[in-house]
Amino acid sequence: MPPVGDRSVSAPVVPPPVDFGRRGYVVRARRVAASARLDRRAIVIVAALIVVLLVVSVATLAIGTYQLTVGEVVSALFGQGESRVRLIVVEWRLPRLLLAIGCGIALAISGAIFQSITRNPLGSPDVIGLDAGAYTGALVVMLVIGSGSYSLIAAGSVIGGLATAAVVYLLAYRGGVEGFRLIIVGIGVGALLASFNTYFLLIVDVNQAIVAASWGAGSLNALGWDQLGPFSLVLLALLPFVVALAPGLSQGELGDDAAQALGSNVERTRLFSTIVAVALTALVTAAAGPISFIALVAPQLAKRMTGLPGLGLVASAAVGATLLATADFIAQRIALPVGLVTVSAGGCYLIWLLVREYRRS
Amino acid sequence: MRTRTPAARNALNAAGMLVLLAALLGICVLSVLVGARDMAASDVIKGLFVFDGSTEHLVVWESRVPRTLIGLFVGPALGVCGALIQAFTRNPLADPGILGVNAGASFAVTIAVGLFGITSASGYVWFAFAGALIVTVAVYVLGATGRSGITPEKLTLAGVAISAVLGGVASAITLKNREAFDSVRFWAVGSLAGRSLETLWAIVPFIVVGLVLAIAISRSLNVIALGDDLGRSLGARVDVTRVLTIASVTLLAGGATAVAGPIAFVGLMVPHAVRWFTGPDQRWIIPYSMVAAAILLLVSDVVGRILLPSAELRVGIMTAVIGAPILILLARRRMAHGL
Amino acid sequence: MTEHALATVGVSLGYGKRSISSDLTVSIPAGSFTAIVGPNASGKSTLLRALARLLAPSTGTVLLDGRDLTAFGTKELARSLGLLPQTSIAPEGIRVADLVARGRFPHQKTFDRWSSLDEAAVAAAMNATGITNLSGRHVDELSGGQRQRVWVAMVLAQQTDVLLLDEPTTFLDIAHQISALELFQDLNAREGHTLVAVLHDLNQAARYASHIIAMSDGQVVASGAPREVITVEIVERVFGIRCRIIDDPESGTPMVIPLARVAD
Repeated sequence: MPPVGDRSVSAPVVPPPVDFGRRGYVVRARRVAASARLDRRAIVIVAALIVVLLVVSVATLAIGTYQLTVGEVVSALFGQGESRVRLIVVEWRLPRLLLAIGCGIALAISGAIFQSITRNPLGSPDVIGLDAGAYTGALVVMLVIGSGSYSLIAAGSVIGGLATAAVVYLLAYRGGVEGFRLIIVGIGVGALLASFNTYFLLIVDVNQAIVAASWGAGSLNALGWDQLGPFSLVLLALLPFVVALAPGLSQGELGDDAAQALGSNVERTRLFSTIVAVALTALVTAAAGPISFIALVAPQLAKRMTGLPGLGLVASAAVGATLLATADFIAQRIALPVGLVTVSAGGCYLIWLLVREYRRS
Repeated sequence: MRTRTPAARNALNAAGMLVLLAALLGICVLSVLVGARDMAASDVIKGLFVFDGSTEHLVVWESRVPRTLIGLFVGPALGVCGALIQAFTRNPLADPGILGVNAGASFAVTIAVGLFGITSASGYVWFAFAGALIVTVAVYVLGATGRSGITPEKLTLAGVAISAVLGGVASAITLKNREAFDSVRFWAVGSLAGRSLETLWAIVPFIVVGLVLAIAISRSLNVIALGDDLGRSLGARVDVTRVLTIASVTLLAGGATAVAGPIAFVGLMVPHAVRWFTGPDQRWIIPYSMVAAAILLLVSDVVGRILLPSAELRVGIMTAVIGAPILILLARRRMAHGL
Repeated sequence: MTEHALATVGVSLGYGKRSISSDLTVSIPAGSFTAIVGPNASGKSTLLRALARLLAPSTGTVLLDGRDLTAFGTKELARSLGLLPQTSIAPEGIRVADLVARGRFPHQKTFDRWSSLDEAAVAAAMNATGITNLSGRHVDELSGGQRQRVWVAMVLAQQTDVLLLDEPTTFLDIAHQISALELFQDLNAREGHTLVAVLHDLNQAARYASHIIAMSDGQVVASGAPREVITVEIVERVFGIRCRIIDDPESGTPMVIPLARVAD
């Protein structure tokens, strides 16, 4: 009780901020209802990744058949410098780099969504035969119709992939889709399509087969502004859906009952998220062929680096972009499809991870 | 869910086995009689017993009989291998492929063709065997790291990881080397044709040892299916069984892939389908898998011969075409069991 | 805190072809701490799930404050009813404050994810459950009892007037069971929440709850104050055991003492 006659007014008691066990910054906008809590370590990690990405990007733009200096690259990007240098940087190398970044982002987000939905660090769109179907679609265009047109192949792969996912879903549907049945049907359909794919590769002549197999390994070769345009449009169209679905997905990780009780429509969120994730994967496969392991590795790596559990979309995207840009840099040096780099490096990473995890446990 | 007394169950299984064996006999006969080249049955029989060196009889002896024999050994090897892996990992979706066997064999063959220039099947069969062996052991070692020992998840992850790396490197080699690509793309689809009987007889001892081992440990596997601790307390020698399982799997998978190339799906599908009929008793699952897998393989081979008028569809493709719809159908009809 | 009442009117509940309850009419008194008791497979959890709108009844209606549950929007319902499910998954590596903060979901918009209201609610919830000092720890490092408190705090952060608890004490050891039940009693008596809990232990239900619903075979056998429901006849009817009832020496509430089995 303040002593009688004391004029001081006790300040309203403000509870201390909630301790999250990690440093963070609370951001609250004044006029709109917008607020967020940003984790400090995550911000640092993402910033570091962006720096690495910039370095790799500049290296990609500078090194190649024609060696350029950093200064030349930078001035070309700003529209100055020799027209020859501008041609190399802006017309040839830049779109490929941007596609690598875009595909890395799309794959990482798709992987993060799948891993969240399946509650399994190995969750991936492959389980429903998506990649095999996309390959079949592309092969049909390349070897049966005989066209080498990029857009037709892309269209073929999208149709193939989506049709396969739909068929698997329908075949597994018997009053509802049960995880186990979905996986078995996915394996069955995937195996069937894989056998068609190998059959195609056998019956055509070896040159055609090599070209088709190159596509199947996932390559960013010879891609330019014509391909980057539609790709970016679709990616930008899908991102708002991702942002809208993210909170519901996070809640889903608590278990169906808890999530539903907390006001999240679990079934609907899962369905739409699956559609978005499949769309993202199909987009990348259409653009560059199936590129494996980024969807698997990027979200895991992001979680490990930021130390944050759950759906870390921004961090995953940053990791994905950096990984794929780096992989493409390497792929260009050894003149092989980027998909081979990701698969080999991804496998090695997984092995290292396993050894480390198991030693620790 | 049918509930029957064990005696009735055994009787039913025995009856089923007789049916399967009869079917196997039938398909073997068919395999010798049928082919791309139209031959009258009487000619074939004469060729078998009264060989006279004519082209027809050569086809019978050089082509049809070998592939039938190969199917008779490779099929059971694949089927039993799958049954063992599924029992060992307690995962009905396990398949020799996930243990990296196919990737290892393919990688070794790619090395043989790409680096050493060996192009004949009898040449790279030992590479394939060695590759399959080394990878199976590597996956096992990787999956066994750490204090918790072998678990199904670790094995699967290890298999996925190693297959990925080997697959990537193998693709890198073949995409740079046209001849390698050409040879490997044919080998990479399993086939019962184009392999000589000498190759088969060289590998058969390994397959036979693997099959015998499998039958010997089938009873232990039943007990271990209840869990390691419970199994031990019931008197099963868990560690010994483990080692023998790995040994058997390695021999069977390595042998089968070395002879016929990677054939997917048989090891996955056959034990699974067999289990739906026989129940979870390994003493029945293993013999059934032997016969059923042989039937599946030979049927696939025969159909592959006659389906297209001018060409032949290799068995590696046909097993998926025939097996996948059956698997899907079975998955739809039964209540899903847990993974 | 206004008083709320949940009720079901003639509901039939089941899973697929399996019917658990038919024509079930139940009323949860406003402001009570109601315990639902009964043997396994008596339909207790099924009833709770129907009250939480996790299970749709094939016939009949479930009412919250006289309003049909199906008329509520998803987030609107989540602001009125909180549920502590039997099995929940704590995402690997999540910390206490993060998990409790998940309870604010029904109040949040896409871009407004940590308002001052959210922060205050989370702090208050952790205070009420006594876990403020655990705020920065990893959930998987905590003991079973502590973890249960974290889940309760998450439900409290939802700021609902009604809390539904599905077997909240089943996997806890005795000390943690008692401390959890005392917490629930507090939340009901002092903070005014209406609680409905499925409990296994009859004596605990009698001691801490203000209203008991005894179920058997999907139907309600008795409901009322503990003294009315915990009787020799009802216990035998619901659980099939013979007993005698004495007064709990600590709390004065009815206590079940099963009779020693006579060889038959």
